Amino acid sequence: MEKSKPRARTRRAEKNWELRLYVAGQTPKSLTAFANLKKICEEHLAGQYHIEVIDLLKKPQLASGDQILAIPTLVRKLPEPIRKIIGDLSDTERVLVGLNLREQK
Amino acid sequence: MTPAKQNKQVKLLPKSPTGIPGMDEITGGGLPKGRPTLVAGSAGCGKTLFAIEFLVNGAIQYNEPGVFMAFEENAEELAQNVASLGFDLKELIKQKKLIIDYVRIERAEIQETGEYDLEGLFIRLGHAIDTIGAKRVALDTVEVLFSALPNRGILRAELQRLFRWLKDKGVSAVITAERGDGTVTRFGLEEYVADCVILLDHRVTEQMSTRRLRIVKYRGTVHGTNEYPFLITKDGISVLPITSIGLNHKAPAGRVPTGIKELDDMLGGKGYYRGSSILLSGTAGTGKSSLAAAFVDAACQRGERCLYFSFEESTEQIIRNMRSIGIDLSPLVKKGLLQFHVARPTLYGLEMHLVTMHELIKQNKPDIVVLDPITDFFAVGSHAEVKAVLTRIIDFLKANQITALFSSYTEEDTPNESVVGVSSLIDTWISLRNLENHGERQRGLFILKSRGMAHSNQIRSFELTNDGIKIGALDLAGPRTALNPA
Repeated sequence: MEKSKPRARTRRAEKNWELRLYVAGQTPKSLTAFANLKKICEEHLAGQYHIEVIDLLKKPQLASGDQILAIPTLVRKLPEPIRKIIGDLSDTERVLVGLNLREQK
Repeated sequence: MTPAKQNKQVKLLPKSPTGIPGMDEITGGGLPKGRPTLVAGSAGCGKTLFAIEFLVNGAIQYNEPGVFMAFEENAEELAQNVASLGFDLKELIKQKKLIIDYVRIERAEIQETGEYDLEGLFIRLGHAIDTIGAKRVALDTVEVLFSALPNRGILRAELQRLFRWLKDKGVSAVITAERGDGTVTRFGLEEYVADCVILLDHRVTEQMSTRRLRIVKYRGTVHGTNEYPFLITKDGISVLPITSIGLNHKAPAGRVPTGIKELDDMLGGKGYYRGSSILLSGTAGTGKSSLAAAFVDAACQRGERCLYFSFEESTEQIIRNMRSIGIDLSPLVKKGLLQFHVARPTLYGLEMHLVTMHELIKQNKPDIVVLDPITDFFAVGSHAEVKAVLTRIIDFLKANQITALFSSYTEEDTPNESVVGVSSLIDTWISLRNLENHGERQRGLFILKSRGMAHSNQIRSFELTNDGIKIGALDLAGPRTALNPA
């Protein structure tokens, strides 16, 4: 069901971390999540990531594709396997574990 | 809630019919329209089916499109599971009358980091509802979320918001939930769904399994409070209230001979009414089965089809016994005109009997159905249950204009007691008695009632001879002096 989207893009770019952040409008939680994500990526994945923010209020049809229930949800599309992190990403440690950038303690 | 809505509620609670046979009768028209209904039950009790039927019937019969949010099975699996019931979900999806949204959540895939809500779920559901203009929604089973999302606090608050949101959307929703230990549902969802709660149950008593349905609560409406047995048949769920089919079947005026000329004469010269229900009651050995066999024999000779349910004797045994009174049923069986179905009543529960009979009758399309004897059912169910089932059978047979003949075993001293419950359902009731007369046993026969026709009030003698059944005048004036014992 969940295919990784256009392959061409990942090959073309150096960025091999494909991240998608699902939000529903510009809520405080969404803004916090985006800010947290940006910060973590800059620190740990500088230059090799791509963040796509999907606002489900504008594109509700995209919610089922990635099986989104919770908002905000961060989906790591690449590298595979797919991982999902829900919440405003305020717990950096857990985000790193969730992204598989750090071993679970 | 808007004031307008509140006003409406005071006037009359609008209902959303389920289209499930029997269900709308016991709820006075269906589930509350525009409100959520909780359907709770343990595994395998038919919750999902209930939800699907609510949507499918809504889409097909009431022009109300539906959204099925499945948390346990995907669209493919669901479609397969209900295909055997004749529901073509794919076709409904194609016609934009149904959307199945499969919500898959893998605990292992998800990491929780801080604050979140379930807005994604709301958006998905809202999008699906708006896409086809859905009026009905089913959530099956939302509790799966409890195992997927560790934060119970958020989940509870969000579910509560979801149910309120459904109400605001004005959709009639069915939310299924797992039965709890000592509570209606495992996670206490009944606290949030206050309008209508239905409990499904699958229970085994004395090795017999029965499905039951109970309306625990239905705010603002009068509803049946009983436990109603229900069936899952080839056509889906069917609840069994007494009055489910009602009394609006056609009454054919055609007649069908009884197979015995004298008995025809007693019944206004023409026999039973076609499509009527006939009861033969009598003590042991009075010839109930013989009378039934004569009827069946004559019908098959005319080329009609008969279905004979025997609950006591095997096919072989019936054929052998009837041969002794000059009725040979075996060629009729070979021709396929007469079909026997032999089952001990205790083989399975009442509901299963009803299902089997339904299915066989639908398959064979008989003109005549015999149940021999119905009294054996009292071994598997209470009086009221048996009556309910017989009512259903009779209604079903009448609706299909099938003539039904029931035999009933009665005790010697209280000849009519065990059949009193069902006698009101019967059109023609023939009583068979053993009469002791001049030191001799005689079989006597009389018509206790026969609706809508002139009939004999005489007690007639009834003899089983090698050449068949003979009905004659009762020999009352015998050689009294010679045989009168001292």
